[in-house]
Amino acid sequence: MIVRELELDLDAFEGPFDLLLALVLKEELDLRDVDLAGIVTAFLERLAERDDLDLEACGEFLVLIAALLELKARALFPEEAAGLAELEPEEAAEELARRLAEYRRAKEAAEWLRERLAAEGDRYFRLGPAPLAPKVETPLAPQEPESLARVLRLLAQDPPEVSLSHMALRFPPVSQFLERFRALLQRRSRFDFDAEVGDMTRLEQASAFLAVLELRRAGELAIEQAAPFAPIRVSRVAQENNDQQERTAAWTVRSA
Amino acid sequence: MDRPLRLIPTDPLDTLARTLEALLVVASSPLPVEELAAAADDDPERVEEALRLVGERFAEERSGIVLEHVAGGWAFRAAREEAAACARLFERPAQRNLSQAALETLAIVAYLGPCSRPDIARIRGVAADSAVANLLERGLIAEAGRDNGGGGAVRYRTTPLFERVFGLESLSELPRLDDVGADTAEIRDRLHAVAEKRSA
Repeated sequence: MIVRELELDLDAFEGPFDLLLALVLKEELDLRDVDLAGIVTAFLERLAERDDLDLEACGEFLVLIAALLELKARALFPEEAAGLAELEPEEAAEELARRLAEYRRAKEAAEWLRERLAAEGDRYFRLGPAPLAPKVETPLAPQEPESLARVLRLLAQDPPEVSLSHMALRFPPVSQFLERFRALLQRRSRFDFDAEVGDMTRLEQASAFLAVLELRRAGELAIEQAAPFAPIRVSRVAQENNDQQERTAAWTVRSA
Repeated sequence: MDRPLRLIPTDPLDTLARTLEALLVVASSPLPVEELAAAADDDPERVEEALRLVGERFAEERSGIVLEHVAGGWAFRAAREEAAACARLFERPAQRNLSQAALETLAIVAYLGPCSRPDIARIRGVAADSAVANLLERGLIAEAGRDNGGGGAVRYRTTPLFERVFGLESLSELPRLDDVGADTAEIRDRLHAVAEKRSA
């Protein structure tokens, strides 16, 4: 199904869709007089005549009808359109024309490719993976036995002891911080997370942060941050019910 | 039978032409002159001369094998007259059933490439993901770096297979689209005039 060949029978216009587009673009037909709903109806009728759904035609039609609707809306409400849109009308028209031109060039090029493909369809050729290039022999430079021995001696040395200290990493339990923050929020309505964990180790800070996220998930507190890397402000949420115990905390962090 | 058979040609250019024929029949993709010269261990000017000789031998309507200059190199292909027989034996997945969306996407990549999926979608007004995937699978386009010096969207360009399927010596053989451009300049002026009138 070719959208551009869609036959239209409207009050203002009778003929193929393509011609309507051309006349509108050349301003020989005022879009304000054209019943766009009639075009949609005609398209849907044509679509219903077919068994299969032509998605490509539908896509093309949607793009074209959307462009027409925008043009018509701008024509009908010039002041409102100018006020609402970010672009000035002439900028919008410029942009629209540029896109139409660009797309038309792409269509034109696609058409050329299609014709070319039809014309070159009787060229058969061999296809396959590129053959492997022969292995290039790279002869070694003459070697000094002494320097070889030197290198081997280096290799034979015991490697330096590898530190295993990080293997013992243990995350402090998140639950510890859950209790701590709950207690804190009973005393104060809000606190600054960074200040609260400032003197902890990184691992403790990580667990503390997980605890804050967990409490946020359970709806027990609110988190605010003005900007990335800004201080995190934690504040109390007014509790209407006491069901937070049910919703607690399945966070368990295993040590690495 | 002590007499040696006189099969070996004495003309050195003819010898080179034989070497080129051998290289071309083994190759599965077009070979540029430099590559042929390196493999034949001869200089490029003489290789071009010998290629003319091979081209005369393997010309359309003279031979079932035809020498052609395509995708920046030289390659043998079947003569057009033999296409029907070839079609009974071989399938060509690269060009079968190319949809309108795929052809438009291919055209955009060929003319504007390397370009990314967002670039293509901006021009066509619809997402290009499936058309791009389809063309990638057929081997007509390939990845060619990323936008913004490596951090952005993947960019695509057409492959030598594209040039070969479409019988192009290079992308510069694609026609210029200037005449279409002139037409759209007119549209733009008109739209511009409309906009000015209505905003005034």
